Amino acid sequence: MAGTWVFVEQKDGNIRKVTFEMLSELKKGGDEVSAVVFGKGVEGLAPELAKFGADKVYVADDAIFASYNTGAFVAQMAAMIKEFSPNALLFAHSFNGRDMASRLAQKLDAGLATDAVAADISAGKGIFTRSIYAGKALAKVEVTGSPVLATIRPGVWEVGSTAGAGAVVKAAVAATAGDVYQVEKSFAATVSARPDLAEAAVVVSGGRGCKGPDGIKLVEQLADLLGAAVGGSRASIDSGWLGHELQVGQTGKVVLPNLYVACGISGAIQHLAGMSSSKFIAAINTDTEAPIFNVSDFGVVSDLFKVIPILVSELKK
Amino acid sequence: MKVIVCVKQTFDTEAKIELKDGKISDAGINLIINPYDEVAVEGAIQLKEKGVATEIVVITAGSDKGMDAIRTALAMGADRGILVKQDTGADEYARAVALAAAIKAENPELVLAGHVAADDGSSQVPTRIAEILGFPHVNVITNIDIAGGKATCTTEADGGTAVIEVAIPAVVSSQVSWNEPRYPSMKGIMQAKKKPVATVDAVAVDNKIKIVEVSLPAAKTAGIKIEDDADVCATKLADWMKNTVKVEVK
Ligand SMILES: Cc1cc2nc3c(=O)[nH]c(=O)nc-3n(C[C@H](O)[C@H](O)[C@H](O)COP(=O)(O)OP(=O)(O)OC[C@H]3O[C@@H](n4cnc5c(N)ncnc54)[C@H](O)[C@@H]3O)c2cc1C
Ligand SMILES: Nc1ncnc2c1ncn2[C@@H]1O[C@H](COP(=O)(O)O)[C@@H](O)[C@H]1O
Repeated sequence: MAGTWVFVEQKDGNIRKVTFEMLSELKKGGDEVSAVVFGKGVEGLAPELAKFGADKVYVADDAIFASYNTGAFVAQMAAMIKEFSPNALLFAHSFNGRDMASRLAQKLDAGLATDAVAADISAGKGIFTRSIYAGKALAKVEVTGSPVLATIRPGVWEVGSTAGAGAVVKAAVAATAGDVYQVEKSFAATVSARPDLAEAAVVVSGGRGCKGPDGIKLVEQLADLLGAAVGGSRASIDSGWLGHELQVGQTGKVVLPNLYVACGISGAIQHLAGMSSSKFIAAINTDTEAPIFNVSDFGVVSDLFKVIPILVSELKK
Repeated sequence: MKVIVCVKQTFDTEAKIELKDGKISDAGINLIINPYDEVAVEGAIQLKEKGVATEIVVITAGSDKGMDAIRTALAMGADRGILVKQDTGADEYARAVALAAAIKAENPELVLAGHVAADDGSSQVPTRIAEILGFPHVNVITNIDIAGGKATCTTEADGGTAVIEVAIPAVVSSQVSWNEPRYPSMKGIMQAKKKPVATVDAVAVDNKIKIVEVSLPAAKTAGIKIEDDADVCATKLADWMKNTVKVEVK
């Protein structure tokens, strides 16, 4: 059996950090770790994948994989699983990762643990800890059958520095045009110089207490100073101050940064569900009773319009 | 065009989670339609109002309690319901198999679902249903247009907004920002009582996932709280960020 595989998330040759997180974490165990990359002209990514732990890099290179499409990617992966029999296969819990993993799992009549925050993979057995009820509970589940499939939440593991051999294995292209069923008519990238909310090490969020675009500007100013992503509560998203892709919480994104700064956010349970696992939490709120203070490591009861400008100049010192 | 909407009954998002005998307790919990599914129901109703959809069938798999979710969707404007009776311990695989079998029997042109269930949701069921039925699936949609045998969907993809076109019949899963679900009117609630709901038994299949243990995360404890003038607050917060968190300042 051929160890554990990590499906490489990349767009135009840029590999997402979560891929390195998965390779690094698996490399700590004894099993062979392989990266699996689909795309056009992607063989050159092998050294980068090896650097973070890939012993082998399986490459399926063809125009049909130029951009993500579920049908062709799933058909290709199913054929490769049949040929190489990996013990386990990990995907990122991302838009494409969970789409591909779920479709593949059903095609293989297999189980799949999604949104895992911890994994214990050994001897073809896989036990995963899933975050459920928006982080209000944890379920440890065993994926029975083979291969073991899971999607891993970005940010739960650290990128390491143990390299693998990175031997390239070219896979025969098994997907055909008939497998493709979706056409991407357009893609508008979110124009932002800031890091992706789901992957950022620091997130600064603004809520209703920002009172409008001027308050949000202060939040953005602090975020940019810290190289942070900007997020928001549903109140600030519904008010139109921030795009809906920036909502943090139960019906928004779940974030796991090193530092989360909540500015003018009360800390409703649905908001806490999206951020309370952050390593450090700071809160700025005028109401000493605000529930956000129950989860914050450092809270200041004060007006964000006064605090943030001083905070910014103090941090610059 | 016949539209099926998959609705799951979930805990109110306000619910505090407690364990009883190693399982999540539903004692005293208010049950609602999964917020994403409510958006899917609204989306279906709007398609009907536009003259695109002709019939809306809501379907749920689980215990009899799911009847409330069906009635709520009927009160909003769906036409009829199907309750697939299934053990509540069924995993994503077993639920998808059961739902797909019942959906297949209806021969719909469009299947709507939520992109994730807000409880122990997995973001798997709609994709699995699509695979079983051999339909395309589009995930996390914020808009849909149906014309010429095609569904054109706006989706919230990683890093941007994608417009994806697939042939129907298809499965699409909703994001909450698609629409604002309506409240059932008094008239709607009265009418819902007369709308037909069929009950069928689930296809019996074994789970692929075994739950080993359910636990609650360690409660986060409150840390330092400063109540002082803004400049004192700001200075102390800056010190904490620099010395304890060790932030990098650009
Ligand atoms: C099904 C469902 C799903 C939901 N999903 C989400 C979700 O994913 N994410 C989410 O965030 N919410 C979600 N909500 C909404 C949630 O319940 C709250 O309504 C929302 O989080 C409140 O946002 P807020 O904290 O910004 O606003 P508020 O609760 O109004 O709080 C504003 C805070 O700002 C403080 N403030 C005011 N002025 C200042 C000032 N000058 N300086 C500093 N502080 C100030 C106030 O003291 C107050 O605490 C959901 C609700 C439901 C029903
Ligand atoms: N028991 C169920 N009955 C009906 N629909 C369901 C059920 N479970 C999941 N779904 C649908 O699948 C979506 C995603 O659920 P999940 O894959 O469990 O996160 C939900 O929003 C529902 O639309």
